[in-house]
Amino acid sequence: MPTTLTKWLGRRIFRAFGGNNNLTGAQQIKSHVSAPPPIESNCVQTRSPATDSLIPRRRRHQQPHHLRHHLPQSLLRIVDLLPSGFLSFLRLRPSTSSSPPSDITMLASQSRKAALNAFRSSSRKPLVAALSARSVSVDATASQDAQAPEDPDKPFTIKLLSQSFDAYNIEPPSLDFVTTKNELINMYNDMAAVRRMEFAADRLYKERKIRGFCHLSVGQEAVAVGMEKAITPDDQVITSYRCHGFAYMRGASVKSVIAELLGRREGIAYGKGGSMHMFAKSFYGGNGIVGAQVPVGAGIGFAMKYLGRPNVTFALYGDGAANQGQVFEAFNMSKLWNIPVVFCCENNKYGMGTSAARSSALTEYHQRGQYIPGLKVNGMDVLAVKQACAWAKEYTTSGKGPLVMEFLTYRYGGHSMSDPGTSYRTRDEVSWMRTNQDAIAGLRTRLLDWGVATEEEIKELDKKVKDAVDPEVAAAEAAPVPDNTRKVLFEDIYTRGSEPDWLRGRTAEETYYYKE
Amino acid sequence: MRRKAVSLLSRVARPSALQSPLVAPIASLPRYYSSHGPPNAKLNQPIQYNTSTYLSHTAATTLANPELPASIRTSGNTTRQNLYQSINSALSTALSTDERAILFGEDVAFGGVFRCSTNLLDKFGPDRVFNTPLNELGIIGFGIGYAAHHDSNTAIAEIQFGDYVYPAFDQIVNEAAKYRYRGAGEFSCGGLTIRMPVMGVGHGALYHSQSPEAFFCHVPGLKVVIPRGPVQAKGLLLASIRERNPVIFMEPKILYRAAVEEVPVDDYELPLEKAEILAKGSDVTVISYGTTVYTVELAAKAAKETLGVSVEVIDLRTIYPWDKETIFESVKKTGRCVIVHEASKSGGVGGEIAACVQEECFLRLEAPVGRVAGFDAPMGLIFEQFNLPDVARVFDTIKKTVEY
Repeated sequence: MPTTLTKWLGRRIFRAFGGNNNLTGAQQIKSHVSAPPPIESNCVQTRSPATDSLIPRRRRHQQPHHLRHHLPQSLLRIVDLLPSGFLSFLRLRPSTSSSPPSDITMLASQSRKAALNAFRSSSRKPLVAALSARSVSVDATASQDAQAPEDPDKPFTIKLLSQSFDAYNIEPPSLDFVTTKNELINMYNDMAAVRRMEFAADRLYKERKIRGFCHLSVGQEAVAVGMEKAITPDDQVITSYRCHGFAYMRGASVKSVIAELLGRREGIAYGKGGSMHMFAKSFYGGNGIVGAQVPVGAGIGFAMKYLGRPNVTFALYGDGAANQGQVFEAFNMSKLWNIPVVFCCENNKYGMGTSAARSSALTEYHQRGQYIPGLKVNGMDVLAVKQACAWAKEYTTSGKGPLVMEFLTYRYGGHSMSDPGTSYRTRDEVSWMRTNQDAIAGLRTRLLDWGVATEEEIKELDKKVKDAVDPEVAAAEAAPVPDNTRKVLFEDIYTRGSEPDWLRGRTAEETYYYKE
Repeated sequence: MRRKAVSLLSRVARPSALQSPLVAPIASLPRYYSSHGPPNAKLNQPIQYNTSTYLSHTAATTLANPELPASIRTSGNTTRQNLYQSINSALSTALSTDERAILFGEDVAFGGVFRCSTNLLDKFGPDRVFNTPLNELGIIGFGIGYAAHHDSNTAIAEIQFGDYVYPAFDQIVNEAAKYRYRGAGEFSCGGLTIRMPVMGVGHGALYHSQSPEAFFCHVPGLKVVIPRGPVQAKGLLLASIRERNPVIFMEPKILYRAAVEEVPVDDYELPLEKAEILAKGSDVTVISYGTTVYTVELAAKAAKETLGVSVEVIDLRTIYPWDKETIFESVKKTGRCVIVHEASKSGGVGGEIAACVQEECFLRLEAPVGRVAGFDAPMGLIFEQFNLPDVARVFDTIKKTVEY
């Protein structure tokens, strides 16, 4: 009976959203892949000097287009009552303003089976837990009513979107987000600066000044910025190779990041590491090997605990890395020894060129700790990220052990510079995310809505970011390459080995002596 | 059972866009093949792959290779291919001649980051060519299991970069290499071949330019093969896949596009565990493999022109177990030996060869065995060109050895 009911429900919901139930599984997968750009009529695009990209801005006083409005009231109530597994698989966001149809068409026959299984398994859980858990949106633009006070440092409360979090075996954080005008402006500034820096890297790569591998985080800025705002410089962060934003937020200068990419002596790792390897205080770097940083993060977390420090360690990895065995080894150790570490999966939907659903048996990455509580977070909303990270710090440092978090986010670019990023997903999908769920544009809209800043003030902010970032990029370009002295060439190697006494240079006249 | 397991996995791994395979990420990388000396550089000139005598630029030179089967030599059918195309051709041949062969790895169904498996999904279907999650350990373990199930099961696993193989080290060393031995001959994973791109590109930095061959040369039970060009790659890869011992097949990634040859179209194999003498010489034997073969070519040319030294150049091809007979014979003739490789010097392949050479050819040696290798340092982004053996270093070592 429950099976028939859910099957029927699934079909009804699917049709209500305009799905074609007669398609075969393969056709539906294909239609998911080449979904048309979704309806989003009330968006205007403006070009911002700071971010140099198409920045969408919802016209004020216009209500967002609610797909939800198309559902009959009775069905809507059922949708709201459905447990999380079911909803999240459908990717229906009950009161999200704008769900891309591409996600909705995912309801293929095969997928429905899985959705049913999810429903069945979750229906065994206590009903309360099932009801409290909701699907998470990636909407960064939807505004809730709020009015900022005059005083830039006076705290005021904002209600986060009700779909900001999805908790697993734990009470989610409060949706009341206390902030100040200054903090919001600061977040905007930082995200714009990270993006500007990434665009500079993009340009330098295309000019062939940066060589080799370069992974940009354009689109994912909210995670690095929101996390930093929730922690102190003594909290620890370790991440994967998409690390420029984190390095910047942890205190690296734009110049040192860009100089590192260019292989200059003034680079943050003396030009030895390049894109994937950047380090700053309490930031254990980008790590080039997929998943390798996760157990390292557990070790850092243990050090904090052992030394009695009140600090949390955030160990980040991507949805691709989430399948690495060592991630699960780290989970087990951390729970076994109650280590204050937060495992954070930045789910940008694609591990290199393979979508999460095609590489992972369970794409609810926050539930992958199994015996570790988890939280899925709207990673496009910097406020939700901050709220979640502050909550996670509080939880882990109070001796309750580790957490697994998942940030739903999206990278606009390819996996690396040599990947155009359009062969395994549609251009429409990318531009839809860019236009409708951009973290920076979303915050910008809200700054306007809440009266935090005026249009002119935001333009001024953008200009300031540009004026701060651009000269540093230029300085990095002008920085010299490392000297070919013994000290520079063989420094920081654990054990001295085969360094030569002398070395013939590029011409016979050019010989370098290294013996001290 | 086997069929079920495979189709289960391939369902998960089926690519998202069958019609639009991943555009070669590497395709947009600029060509950056050689060390970039100043205009007045005398030795470190850019390597000219299109004129290298170690590559066959015409069908005639390709077909003159006595190692090719007679049928190939008489058919005269060749096509111009670079290394990744010839690998693709070898994989295609292997899959079409062996219905129990499967090909899998990260992004393999899209063609792989270096395009080696382009179009194979279309040709052979998602049950035989499929993507895996980013799990090196899992990939190799999975491959061992598939190959272990039946002697005629052939698993071709791809590790996206040789630098990523280390999580799978345990499976390779403790499982694959010992499977037949510990199974008292009842069980074997001999149908397993592990492909991976290795060696420098000039800007790969810490985790995309390493050469891990020496680690596997320490493990009885494995074979390690590194080709120097498209003709070699196709023949050696087909031999490796069909070899009923686990083989680690390392492809020098800079050669994927740089090395272009006339490659026989049909199915052929080249012998494993056999070195090839690329240039006959009388004064010094220089042994190398993979990318550095071309560095040695330029150094040998310079040695001939400036010192009048006749260099015998040997491409090792199979790094483990290596062709001792050919090496010893050559060193006994020349009395001098230099080994060149990109991997760092300590514990490298060069050390093992040098030790064997002194054991076997001690009375014939006129000079200590020379080694030119990467320095014992990680591969720093900006220092990569510095770290890799260049023409000047090889030339200097030849000079030193000859003048000893």
